[in-house]
Amino acid sequence: MTQSDRNKLFLTLIGVAVALYTLWPTFQFYSMSPASRQEVLQARPAMATNEGDRTRLQDLAKLREKAIKLGLDLQGGMYLLLEVDTSKLPPAEARNAVDQAMQIIRNRIDQFGVAEPSIQKQGQNRILIQLPGLLDQERAKELIGQTALLEFKIVKTDEETRALFDRIDQYFARKMAGAAGKAAPDSLAHPWSSRFLTVAQGGESFALLDNVAAIDSMRQDLVKDSSFSMDAALNWDSHPSEREGRTGRGLYVLGKDPLMQGKEVASAQMRLDLDQERPGAPGVSFTLTGRGGALFADITGANVGRRLAIVLDQRVQSAPNIHERIPRGQGSITGSFTEEEAQNLSIVLRSGALPAPVNIVEERTVGPSLGQDSIQKGLKAGGLGALLVVIFMIVYYRLSGVVAVVALLLNMIGLLACMAAFHATLTLPGIAGVVLTIGMAVDTNVLIFERIREELRHKKTVLSAIETGYARAYRTIIDAHVTTLLSAVALMWFGTGPIRGFAITLSLGLIINLITAVGVSKMIFDAWSLRRRTSTISI
Amino acid sequence: MFEILHGINVDWMRRRRIAYMVSGLSILASIVSLVMHGGPRYGVDFTGGSLVEVRMTPPPEVDQVRSAVDRAGFHGAEIQKLNSPGQFLIRLSLSEQHASPGPAVVRTLQAAHPNAKVELLRVESVGPRVGAELRGAAIKAVFLALGMILIYVAIRYDWRYSMGAVAALFHDVFITLGAISIFNKEVNLTVVAALLTIAGFSINDTIVVFDRIRERRQTLRREPAEKVMNIAINETLSRTIITSFTVVLTVLALFFLGGEVLHDFSFAMLVGVIYGTYSSVYVASALALETQLYLERKKPARKR
Repeated sequence: MTQSDRNKLFLTLIGVAVALYTLWPTFQFYSMSPASRQEVLQARPAMATNEGDRTRLQDLAKLREKAIKLGLDLQGGMYLLLEVDTSKLPPAEARNAVDQAMQIIRNRIDQFGVAEPSIQKQGQNRILIQLPGLLDQERAKELIGQTALLEFKIVKTDEETRALFDRIDQYFARKMAGAAGKAAPDSLAHPWSSRFLTVAQGGESFALLDNVAAIDSMRQDLVKDSSFSMDAALNWDSHPSEREGRTGRGLYVLGKDPLMQGKEVASAQMRLDLDQERPGAPGVSFTLTGRGGALFADITGANVGRRLAIVLDQRVQSAPNIHERIPRGQGSITGSFTEEEAQNLSIVLRSGALPAPVNIVEERTVGPSLGQDSIQKGLKAGGLGALLVVIFMIVYYRLSGVVAVVALLLNMIGLLACMAAFHATLTLPGIAGVVLTIGMAVDTNVLIFERIREELRHKKTVLSAIETGYARAYRTIIDAHVTTLLSAVALMWFGTGPIRGFAITLSLGLIINLITAVGVSKMIFDAWSLRRRTSTISI
Repeated sequence: MFEILHGINVDWMRRRRIAYMVSGLSILASIVSLVMHGGPRYGVDFTGGSLVEVRMTPPPEVDQVRSAVDRAGFHGAEIQKLNSPGQFLIRLSLSEQHASPGPAVVRTLQAAHPNAKVELLRVESVGPRVGAELRGAAIKAVFLALGMILIYVAIRYDWRYSMGAVAALFHDVFITLGAISIFNKEVNLTVVAALLTIAGFSINDTIVVFDRIRERRQTLRREPAEKVMNIAINETLSRTIITSFTVVLTVLALFFLGGEVLHDFSFAMLVGVIYGTYSSVYVASALALETQLYLERKKPARKR
C-alpha cells in the first residue's frame, strides 16, 4: 500500500465512523418498543415538574431531534395549507396579518397538544401546517380555521326590530315594484317579513330552514347597498332551534357596533356547570382583563333589563338577559355545545381572534394505519429490490460484485447519515428516491466493470485495465450524474412536500455515489491489485 | 467471466426503419389515446377536488359503496376498488367540495354499513387555485429540467447529438404519458416526479452510448458513421441491458410490493425505463445518424 492509499483508507474509515455515529440515535429510536417511542415523541422538557424529570425529557427530546424523522405519509398526520384572506383589510394591517395569524394558530395548536407541529409561512399569504401523529381531524381543522372574533352586542328592542323590518320591507317592495311596475299582494308588500314565521319576539325573529338561504341573500343585498341606511347588524343564531314543532333559525337584530370585543378576554375555561336549566351542558366561562372588566360593568349597568348577545364569528352564541350590573368582569357563554366544541372555544378565546379569515386550500391527511402499511410496504419493496440487485451483482461480477455491494452499502450509510445530519424527513417518495439511488449506484459500477472487462479483452494487464477502465468510465459517470441531478434540482425547486423528499434523497444519493462508487471502490481495487501484484481479477 | 451479450454484432443502423416503425406506432397510439381521453387524466393535485381512501372490514361490493356515497349527495363521486381487500378510493370533484371530505365520507359509509369497521386511510383535498398552481409548477419543472439537460448535452457534445438526445427524451416521456393514458391511470405529482426521473435516466442511457460513439469516431476515423455507431452500440449493449435490468428489478419490486401510493410512480418508471433503454440504442443514435447523413449529402452539393 502506498502512502496515498493509506491516507485514503484512513479518510474512508473516519467517514464511515462519523456516519455511524450520526446514525446511532436513529438506530436507538427505531429499535425501541412502540410505547417508549411514543414517549420520546411526546417528550416536552418545558412540561417537566422536577429537575430529574427535566433532564430525562431533555435527553429524549434530543434523541428525537437527532433521529431521522418519518414524513407525514409514513407516520400519519395532517398537512394543511391555509390562505389568509387579507382582501378586506387595509394594506398596512394586511402586511402583518399573516404573521399575526401564524402566531395565533401556533398558540392554538400548542394548547391542543400536538407533538412537533410545524408551522411555516409560505409565499405572501399562506401558512403551511404539518401535524404529525394521530389526531381528531375535524376538531383540529376547526380549531385552526376558526376566526374566533368574539363580540358583545346589545340586542335591539322589539319595537326597534319591527321598525327596521318595515323599512326593509319597503325597500324590497320598491325594488320589486320597480321591476314589475304594479301594486302587489301581501308577499310583495312585505317581501322580507313574510319570510319569517314570527317577527320580533323577545328580540328574535324566527325563520324556517327552507327560508334561511333566501333571507340570507336578501340580507347580503342590504349590506351591499349603501343607499339603505343600516343602523343595525343582522346575525343568525349559531344553532337551529324549534318553534311550534318546526325547525328553523333565529335572526337577531343587534347594535351595529360591538360594545366590547374578544381581546378583552384574559382567560377562558370549559365548564359543565354554567347552565342552571341544563346541568352538565358544556359551556365556556371567561374572565376579562381589568379594562374589559370595567367596560363590562359599565355596559351591563347601562343596559339592565335588555339582552346582551355574545357573537362569535357573526353567529349569536347566546343572548342572556342582563339582570343587574356585573362588576367583576366574569361571564359565560352557553349554547348547544358538545364538550369538544366548548373545549375548542375556550382555546380560541384564550389565544385570540385571527386578524383575517383563513381558508384551507390544500389538505393531505394520512391515517396512522396507512402510514404503518406504507412503511412496511416501502421497506419490503426497497429491501427486496436491493437484495435482487445485490444477488445479481455478485453472481455476475463475483468478487468485483462484492466490491460494488460494499460501495453500495457505504452509499446507503452515507445517505442516511446525511439525512439525519440535515434533519431531513424520510417520506415514501423519499424511499423511492433511495431505491433509484441504488439503481444509479449499481449503474456506476456496471459502467466501470464493463469497461475493465473490455480492457482485459484487449489483453491489457490487470493493473492497467483497472486504471483505464476507471478513467474512461469516469467521464460518462459524471455526465450521467449531472443530468440526473439537473432533473432532481428541478423537482426540488417546484416540489411540494413529499415530492421534495424524493428529490432530496435522490440528489444526496447521487453526490455520495460519486464518492463511494468511484472513489471507495477504486481504492479497494488498488489495494487489492497492488498488494498481490495479481495477474488475474475476479470480475 | 459470466457474460451476456458479449461480442454481439448487430447491424442496428441498417434496420433503423424497424425502430422508426415501433416508435411511430407507439407515438401514434399515445396520441390516439390522449385525444380520445381528452388529454391526460389529471389527478386531484392538478384539477382540485378531493380523494378519500378508506378500508372497510368486512369488504363490501363496489356498487354498495357507490350507492351509499351517491345517496349521501356526492353524485359525481368516482369509486375505485383497490387491490387490497376492502380498500376503496373515492374521488370527489370540485363541485362537491366539502369542508371535511374524509370524515363526511366515513360517516356516510358507516351509516350505510353499521356493522362494518370503516377506517379513514388518506385524504387529499386540493382547492381549485392550488390545483392550477401545482399544474403550472409541474409544467415549469418539466421544462426547466429538460431545458437544463439540453443545455448541458449541447455544451458537452456536438449539437447534432444533442438533437438526437432531446428527441429521444421527448420520445420516452411522451410515450410514458401515452401509456398512462392507455391504462387510464391519472397524472398526479408523483407521476410527474416519475416523468422527470425517466428524463434523467433516458438522457443518462443516451449519454453512455454517445460517449462511446465519440470515442470510437476518434479511433476509427476512416470508417463510415453508420459502422462506427453500430460498433459503439454493440460495445455498450451489455452495460445498457444490465443497468436497465437492475433498475427494472427494483422498480418491479416497488410496483408489486410498494402499495397504492407508489403504484402509479412505479408503473410510469417501468414504461419509461423500458422505452428509455430502447430509445438510447435506437432513437437517439439513429436520429443523430440521420442528421449526419443529411448534412453529408448537403455538403458536396454546396461545394459544387
